[in-house]
Amino acid sequence: MNETPLETDTLSVTYTGDREIEAVKGVSIAFPANRLTTIIGPSGCGKSTLLKSLNRLHEIQQHVEIDGDVLLSGDSVYDTDEPAPEIRKQIGYVPQTPTALPLSIYENVAYGLRIHDDYESKADLDEKVETYLRKVNLWEEVHDRMDAPGAELSTGQIQRLCVARSLAVEPEVLLCDEVTSALDPISAESVEETLEALKSEYTIVMVTHSMAQARRLADRVVFLYLGEVVEAGDVRSFFEDPQTERTRQFIGGPTPVDPGSAGDTTEAEDASTAAELAASSPPEES
Amino acid sequence: MTDTTESLFQRARAGRLGRRLLAERLSGYWFTAAGYLAIALFAAITLLLLYRSLPILSEYPLVAMLTSADWNPAQNSFGFLPAIVGTVYVTFLSMAMGIPIAVGAAVYIAEYAEGRRKTLVASFIDVLAAIPSVIFGLVALIVVVPFVGTYVAPAFGGGTAGVGIFTVSLVMAIVVTPFMISLSVESLESLPDELRETSLGVGATKFETIRSVLLRAAGPGIFSAVLLGFGRVFGATIVPALLIGGQTQLPNSIFSTGQTLPTLIVNDFGELMSLPLTQSALIFVGLMLVVVVWLFNFGAMLFRRRLQRRWQY
Repeated sequence: MNETPLETDTLSVTYTGDREIEAVKGVSIAFPANRLTTIIGPSGCGKSTLLKSLNRLHEIQQHVEIDGDVLLSGDSVYDTDEPAPEIRKQIGYVPQTPTALPLSIYENVAYGLRIHDDYESKADLDEKVETYLRKVNLWEEVHDRMDAPGAELSTGQIQRLCVARSLAVEPEVLLCDEVTSALDPISAESVEETLEALKSEYTIVMVTHSMAQARRLADRVVFLYLGEVVEAGDVRSFFEDPQTERTRQFIGGPTPVDPGSAGDTTEAEDASTAAELAASSPPEES
Repeated sequence: MTDTTESLFQRARAGRLGRRLLAERLSGYWFTAAGYLAIALFAAITLLLLYRSLPILSEYPLVAMLTSADWNPAQNSFGFLPAIVGTVYVTFLSMAMGIPIAVGAAVYIAEYAEGRRKTLVASFIDVLAAIPSVIFGLVALIVVVPFVGTYVAPAFGGGTAGVGIFTVSLVMAIVVTPFMISLSVESLESLPDELRETSLGVGATKFETIRSVLLRAAGPGIFSAVLLGFGRVFGATIVPALLIGGQTQLPNSIFSTGQTLPTLIVNDFGELMSLPLTQSALIFVGLMLVVVVWLFNFGAMLFRRRLQRRWQY
């Protein structure tokens, strides 16, 4: 198994619209296999831009230029003949807002499988749909109403449905863009539990604005500020022994990471430290 | 303390607060009245048409009039079937020609065109929508009628001077398509970007995303656009009056001349006004138009709501 299935090589992303903005600046990061890496940083620091550039999802926008490269199992994601949809199959994406496709619960999970013709028979498709719904702990909640519209589920369930849909096409890497920020605390907890269970099987890259969540979930943390990586490391050393003053300022000083004390840092505290940091140096747009 | 509070409120009511509350109440009445005006107008028009239709309805059986092909008011023959068939032909042919183009153009503008190109295409579609339909009718008389008569109809084995159901349908498709495009673009552009990202994020192509996700999610809005087009074609008067040929006969092909319900009124109302039964028959045609459009709108509204509830977009 490749130890770092995904890495960036001096990746820069520049918006070239009315005003030229370099949202990501020469970022080189390796995302280790079967680990959950969180990208944290204040609003507008380029987190989502970086995430979307990892599987070329930024290409749906106009006026975006890429410099450097993203490597998937050592192969370039940009300098390749592989079409973008094939890249995105390998590097799945779960959006910030829980989004059910206008299809039934069953078809939401089967969507990618049907597109890529990744099943041999109806029975095989049924089995795969069940497998991935079980993986995200949703099967028991929906197995008796698979033909109901996906949109009828709660937001937390829809977000887990999104994860199941992405996992069903068996990506090498899963990108999650602030996947709990639009959820209530209980729904967010259920999604976090799902990611916690999945992270030993999948390489997950998750953007979050919540340091509390990063503490709870991450194996590795990347701190992005004004499009640049300020510091990256395993979660314990990142929070307990930050190496830069900016990191220290952002996380509010060294704090112990103890799974038993998950959630010690509240979302409000996250917001206030981020706001202080932002006030000290205005963040760039992304 | 209570006395002071009361007197404060009383003083306020007597001053500026009193005027604000009066304006609040009056504006409420005005907005409500304006809102219910549409219902009142619809009811008044329908009742008037029904009342003036009673002479013909009491004289001849309804089913007989709807199924008879013999329209000869001077001989007291009031068969509406040719006009009904003509209207149905024109409506469905126009929709069949217009819907694929409208949806295609809407998808292009909403999902493919960018920057100035998008502005250019969208603005020309808006201009087309603003051109009075009589202009399309006149241009069609000069260009489309000879073209259909010389090339299209003979190619399908139809002998015609160029006017007729096909020509009207083609021109009406051109007239209503810009409206359908504009409304469909609005529906597509109102969809959240997450829907696109979600589909593309599992490796779907842009076309697969449009076909399987966006058109389905925008379905209720596109359906409304088609409905608007249907209503406009169904009640269209000037283009059919110029181009259909005005023959009240059952069409034997789509290239035949014919009649629609609105053109029946336009062509016969002036000269036959003096005949009370004919006047009543033509008013009954108007009633049919109103009732069919209302029924269609009502049914479509229920269907659209069901779709919206199901997919929540």
